[in-house]
Amino acid sequence: MATLETRSPSIDAGARIGLREAIARQGTAFWIVAALLLVMPLIATPFWLVQIIAYAIILGMIALSLMFLAGYGGIVSLVQMTVAAFAGYLVAILGDSAITQISLKWPWWATVPVAVVLASLFGVLSGALSVRTEGIYTIMITLAIASAFYYLSLQNYTIFNGFSGFNGILPPVFLGVDWGGDVAFYYLTLGSAALAYAAVIYVSRAPFGLALQGTRDNPRRMAALGFNVTAHRIAAYGFAAVIAAFAGVLLVWYQRQISPGTAGVGPVVDILIIAVVGGLSRPIGPFIGALVYVLLRTFSLDLLELVGLDGKRFQLLIGLGFLVIVLVSPDGLIGIAERVKGRYRRGREARTAEMGGPGGQP
Amino acid sequence: MHKVIRTALAACCLVAATGASEAQEKLKVGVMATLSGALTSGGEDGVRGVQLAAKQAGNKMAGRDVELIVVATDASPDSALRAARKLVEQDKVQLIIGPLSGSEGIAMRDYSKTVPNVTFVNGSSGALETTFVNPSPNFFRFNSDGAQWMAGLGEYVFKDKGYKKVAVIGEDYSFPYTQVFGFALGYCRAGGEIVQRQWVPLGTKDFGSVIANIPDDVDAVFLGLGGGDAVNFLNQYSQTGGKSKFIGGSIMVDQTVLSSRGAAKRLLAGTPSSGAVADSWDDPRWKEFVKAYQDAFPADKRFASPSLFATNYYNAYNAMAKALDKVKGDLSDGGAKFRAELAKTELDAPNGKIKLDDNRQAIATTFITEVAELPNGDLTNKFVKTVPNVNQTLGLPLAEFKAVGLPSRTNPECKR
Repeated sequence: MATLETRSPSIDAGARIGLREAIARQGTAFWIVAALLLVMPLIATPFWLVQIIAYAIILGMIALSLMFLAGYGGIVSLVQMTVAAFAGYLVAILGDSAITQISLKWPWWATVPVAVVLASLFGVLSGALSVRTEGIYTIMITLAIASAFYYLSLQNYTIFNGFSGFNGILPPVFLGVDWGGDVAFYYLTLGSAALAYAAVIYVSRAPFGLALQGTRDNPRRMAALGFNVTAHRIAAYGFAAVIAAFAGVLLVWYQRQISPGTAGVGPVVDILIIAVVGGLSRPIGPFIGALVYVLLRTFSLDLLELVGLDGKRFQLLIGLGFLVIVLVSPDGLIGIAERVKGRYRRGREARTAEMGGPGGQP
Repeated sequence: MHKVIRTALAACCLVAATGASEAQEKLKVGVMATLSGALTSGGEDGVRGVQLAAKQAGNKMAGRDVELIVVATDASPDSALRAARKLVEQDKVQLIIGPLSGSEGIAMRDYSKTVPNVTFVNGSSGALETTFVNPSPNFFRFNSDGAQWMAGLGEYVFKDKGYKKVAVIGEDYSFPYTQVFGFALGYCRAGGEIVQRQWVPLGTKDFGSVIANIPDDVDAVFLGLGGGDAVNFLNQYSQTGGKSKFIGGSIMVDQTVLSSRGAAKRLLAGTPSSGAVADSWDDPRWKEFVKAYQDAFPADKRFASPSLFATNYYNAYNAMAKALDKVKGDLSDGGAKFRAELAKTELDAPNGKIKLDDNRQAIATTFITEVAELPNGDLTNKFVKTVPNVNQTLGLPLAEFKAVGLPSRTNPECKR
């Protein structure tokens, strides 16, 4: 009894110190990026602010949910984009849109929680379906769920309004702020992403996250130790789905419309590409991957025409870009950064060792 | 690490800055086209249409140099919206030609209302709702919609071809609905019956079950497919050895399909269709346009004859240039004067005279055609007859047209 009482606060304190440590441990790069993101509205044009950075942050959040599953749980799920799209569809169906015969016109404060809860439930259910499989089979099952949802949204007209989907979905106005405005929407996505990022870091260090990493490395041993591996994995699906669902709400507010194109097999695989290109080892990876993805998607056509090539081959450039990144660094852009840092540190250590050598001699 | 970020940021700002400073020098015209997905070949020909028009005008509109900025979509409304936002917000264009595909058009109608100073001239999207339901004051369409393109075809196949019963296969989105709607209006009034409709997703690769489902007792199958889907369907249909007669939707028997490789397209020989162009029309203006198109691009980088996409995009550019000339290139008032002029513009286009109605929707000529093989093996759309001055209600009084309802999977029913 006594041990229990002392143990639970000590875990609590440990987590709190972990968080404080986590903040203190961030290097200068972290603070520079954070400060830069905060003052971004002062330096970037509205196009860069919303169409590039905010969009990259939203995609980054969806990829973050995949990174959490893949990086900490060893589960490669292709259903994350579908969870986001489902949340987006729910915002359109329950809230207000130009398709007045379907949309229920609930206020945003009712729409958003219900959309997030239902989409998360969908994520948990897909998790429950695929959790007993490993590797390629998980990919197959989640891909099947994703395509099933895509074709449902494409061909169902009574709920999903078919190929055209929903348009005229506006971000809400509350606290006297129009959250559809460029700067307000940017801070909304930035704030949500920061919360999601912090949550992933916190959970990854909490007992649940550590146990999850245990199930990734050796599920049989974890089971022998008394952990319910299946339950941990389903819970991981649930946590990831919440992040993806929030990102889906932001996505539909960003696009101001949603149609099956959002949930298609292309975007579903794009999320995997984003996560892999960014790097699955750290939560920041997906955001970097998303930024690269959005930049390539937006500017590859202009870039090709700028150097005098035929613009219609732009998809080749996108593919080549990703191929080069994955070839050069199998652990994504994060891996490149770590290696550069590692080399720099080794170089510095070598230099101090050299300098220390003669200096130590009296 | 810091240096990298700083350089990246500097690069970002530089890109943004150069984007802004160029705006004063050249007249930027955004061009939206489907450069990926099932309708890629059509999008590429649409871009050729704009390039041809620009070249003929010496790359100028109203004395100002024109810079064409092409953005790619994949026929989905999402991609169209992203592309249009990039043009408006990043490239700061005030003039946009596009989009190409039906559901994109509906998305652009709604988007254009949020950017009242940008003028949209439709590329070749042909959904009825785009200009018929809640039209946008800055969205202009100088091409007929999918229903107008079908005007007269129903009567023609019923009376001249004797097809009493047909089945329909179409892609599952607004443009094919509109085409079947236009076809059915005339066909059913003439006495025909549509016994079955199959709707397949855009980008379908496997038509096996669709082909197996075609009833045996129909006189012909109406095909409302386009681009890659049309070619895939024909290849698979020829492998099953089917012998049905076909009726073609406007982009089913267009040059995008007739110029494709492989032998399956020969199934289309003799297929009646209708649309905005007839390859073999002997009007001198059309012939001149075909020659200009053939001269402007090497034979392996174009179709044998301009497709309806090239023609519509070509007309869109010319309509824009003509109205802009009238206001001497002045867009400083957010384009209000320009749009007033554009609404009055009448175009003597290669495919007949075009004028706009009160919804800024074209009243134009429809061509009834039949696919024929040329001596050199190319397939062409043989001109049968024209249906002049087709308006959006297909000649019906507005109230009667509205009573039919909007195009959908099932409307109009067309049963005996």
